[in-house]
Amino acid sequence: MAGIDLKAFLLKEIASGMASTFRMMFRPKATLNYPYEKGPLSPRFRGEHALRRYPNGEERCIACKLCEATCPAEAITIESEPRDDGSRRTTRYDIDMTKCIYCGLCEEACPVDAIVEGPNYEFATETREELMYSKEKLLENGDRWEAVLARRLELDAPYR
Amino acid sequence: MVRVIVDGTPVEVAAGSSALQACEAAGKEIPRFCYHERLSVAGNCRMCLVEVVRAPKPVASCGFPVSDGMEIRTDTETVRRARRAVMEFLLINHPLDCPICDQGGECDLQDQAYGYGSGISRYHEEKRAVTNKDLGPLVKTVMTRCIQCTRCVRFCTEVAGTPELGGISRGENLEISTYVEKALTSELSGNLIDICPVGALTSKPGAFQARPWEMKKADSIDVTDALGTNTVVQVRGGEVKRIVPRVNDEVNEEWLSDKGRFSVDGLKRRRLDRPWVRVHGKRQAVSWQDAFVAIAKRLEGVPGNRIGAIAGDLCDAESLTALRDLMESLGSANLDCRQDGAAYDLSDRSRYTFASGVTGIDEADALLIIGAAPRHDAPVLNARIRKRYLSLGRGKFPIGVIGPQPSDTTWSYEALGEGPDVLASLYDGSHPFCEALRTAEKPMIILGHGALVREDSLAIQAAVRHIAETTGVVKDGWNGLNILHTAASRVAALDLGFVPGQGGRSMRGMLSSGVDVLWLLGADEFPVGGISPETFVIYQGSHGDAAAARADVILPGAAWTEKDGTYVNTEGRVQQAFRAVFPPGEAREDWRIIRAFSEVIDHRLPFDTAEELRARMARINPVFVGGAPASVSQPPFAGSETIMTDRPFRLSRQSYYLTNPVSRASETMAECARVYSVPAAIAAE
Repeated sequence: MAGIDLKAFLLKEIASGMASTFRMMFRPKATLNYPYEKGPLSPRFRGEHALRRYPNGEERCIACKLCEATCPAEAITIESEPRDDGSRRTTRYDIDMTKCIYCGLCEEACPVDAIVEGPNYEFATETREELMYSKEKLLENGDRWEAVLARRLELDAPYR
Repeated sequence: MVRVIVDGTPVEVAAGSSALQACEAAGKEIPRFCYHERLSVAGNCRMCLVEVVRAPKPVASCGFPVSDGMEIRTDTETVRRARRAVMEFLLINHPLDCPICDQGGECDLQDQAYGYGSGISRYHEEKRAVTNKDLGPLVKTVMTRCIQCTRCVRFCTEVAGTPELGGISRGENLEISTYVEKALTSELSGNLIDICPVGALTSKPGAFQARPWEMKKADSIDVTDALGTNTVVQVRGGEVKRIVPRVNDEVNEEWLSDKGRFSVDGLKRRRLDRPWVRVHGKRQAVSWQDAFVAIAKRLEGVPGNRIGAIAGDLCDAESLTALRDLMESLGSANLDCRQDGAAYDLSDRSRYTFASGVTGIDEADALLIIGAAPRHDAPVLNARIRKRYLSLGRGKFPIGVIGPQPSDTTWSYEALGEGPDVLASLYDGSHPFCEALRTAEKPMIILGHGALVREDSLAIQAAVRHIAETTGVVKDGWNGLNILHTAASRVAALDLGFVPGQGGRSMRGMLSSGVDVLWLLGADEFPVGGISPETFVIYQGSHGDAAAARADVILPGAAWTEKDGTYVNTEGRVQQAFRAVFPPGEAREDWRIIRAFSEVIDHRLPFDTAEELRARMARINPVFVGGAPASVSQPPFAGSETIMTDRPFRLSRQSYYLTNPVSRASETMAECARVYSVPAAIAAE
């Protein structure tokens, strides 16, 4: 009883707490100044989707529909037909980003590394409609992120 | 029977069976590529290797005959190793392009590589590549994928009867080719797509459009000819993507004609998707109610005998029943389903059907074809004739043809004459072909539409009937006098009595101001121009074809893939098709349209559901529920008051590919008609 009173009298907890605070003042900060600073991302991070192209500008997607088949959320819709040169191409490649669960199975299924989940996670929109991604939007994503996407695939390649 | 032991299980199989059949009888799955039940055995893929006890090495089971007491092992290490090795060889030159291959997902090679392959390849050298062949507008080739199983070669030679494909060069350079590049001329060429175990032969019109796993399937019946081929309609996203055959040994085995398979794109073109009414000479889109009111107004005060109905070739029995009952309630006997003007002997069901049944062809040993071109009227039935022709052997299956002498039959025949004059000498038994019929055990006569669509057709039928009775074509236990129809709805319509009643007018009678109001149920094949300008024409159907252009009111109906329907094929087999998709726009199931209209004119038809309607059908003719056929001959059609003329039999000049509103709307069929009419035109010159 007397011991507790003494602890309270000497403010031992306060002092140790303040000491800890004082110690932490000299350590590096754990928080980030988010929009200006960003944390590191694994090459396997699964963010916003993109459709990639070959270096010569030809779109990679061959409309095999494996991503559509594997998608557990059924977020992908593909229509395909022969292009004028006879090759198999999509006429429509839509991803409903509100359905997508970012599992990355589409990327796993893709035999030509066309559909990938990129490092971008900053694609919040004001309306729902903007999250219905079309083929144009996905290809545009691919064009914008290509350098990063290629690097990520390269880094992850040894583990696949 | 021979007793064989498969993996320790004894099974009894017929003598002469192959080891593969014995394994199947024991429920063992044997992988195979070249072996196909309906084709001859080639034994060149080596995938079906099994171990036979006391045989020095694995044997190809497809070509290895069983013997009594033989012991087969299908899952020993030797067999597994042999299969893995064969698979590795097959995959050496097979490209790894499954993602862009239309066969992907239903590919035998893909499936069996998963099941029996080794998982890795040790081959690092150059793969071979083969140039693609142009096989016409229906079959797309990617010849690099070919594994030289020669199923296509054997199909063309044996089943289709158009030996146009073959292998050239040998060893690694073996290529399947037409040698001189040309389009396949067979009407069964679509089946090559089905039998090709890899993606070397795929559908050209349907290329890259859908994957097999995406499709919803509905069992259906092919209505583009009267054989009633069993099909599966495959749908993706509310659109019919393809039609493939369903196995039915008694009707179509596992084949489907090109018209039935490839007219699918006609189902989405030129569709009637809303009601139209002609007002002051100009057609206006209206609501259903307005269309019904327009018809009801016009019908006011029109006596029953001035109202008529003509049914088309693609109608289901349900809509025929509904229209028949509607006409009955309006007091009209002017009904006709015979757009081509054919006359039938309706006194007995066997007299207007393919009496011996389609399987009867497998037993027939002499055949007389009168006014028919089976290859065009029913290509799959023709394949059966060819099968019988081949199985009996050279010269053992005498076939006589009276009528136009086709140059493209898939069996050799004796040309007996062009017209009915030949029938006279057959009638009195003096014709040499009578002997062939008489000596045959099960002789058969096929009477086609060339003989039925004439003024003297009843006389011809009577004469043929006499010939049949005197030569043993019709006898106890065998009725080989067959009618080969060309319209899918015809037998059902005849069963339902969709023919002129007492005092009723026939199709010709209804034209040229025979009636004031004419209801056309999908009827486009009759001379539409013959309708008098004063006649008020109601067209109920799915496609904007000849008759819709003339119509005063258009009621949009459903195509056969869009409704549950009953069809009766040329042999009188009642078959059910199921709905695969919904009709486009405001189009509705046909019988419902008629039922709804009957309410507008206060002649409410007594059925609200499809079940009630089918019960009504069964009351009209019990054949629809498997009962004994009712006689439908209202006025006695039978008889031979007419006199035979000497005019030669003529066949329809229509292209095979353009015989109904759906195929005429199809781009693929138009392309086929263009490609395949050229040789005929050159030949005629």
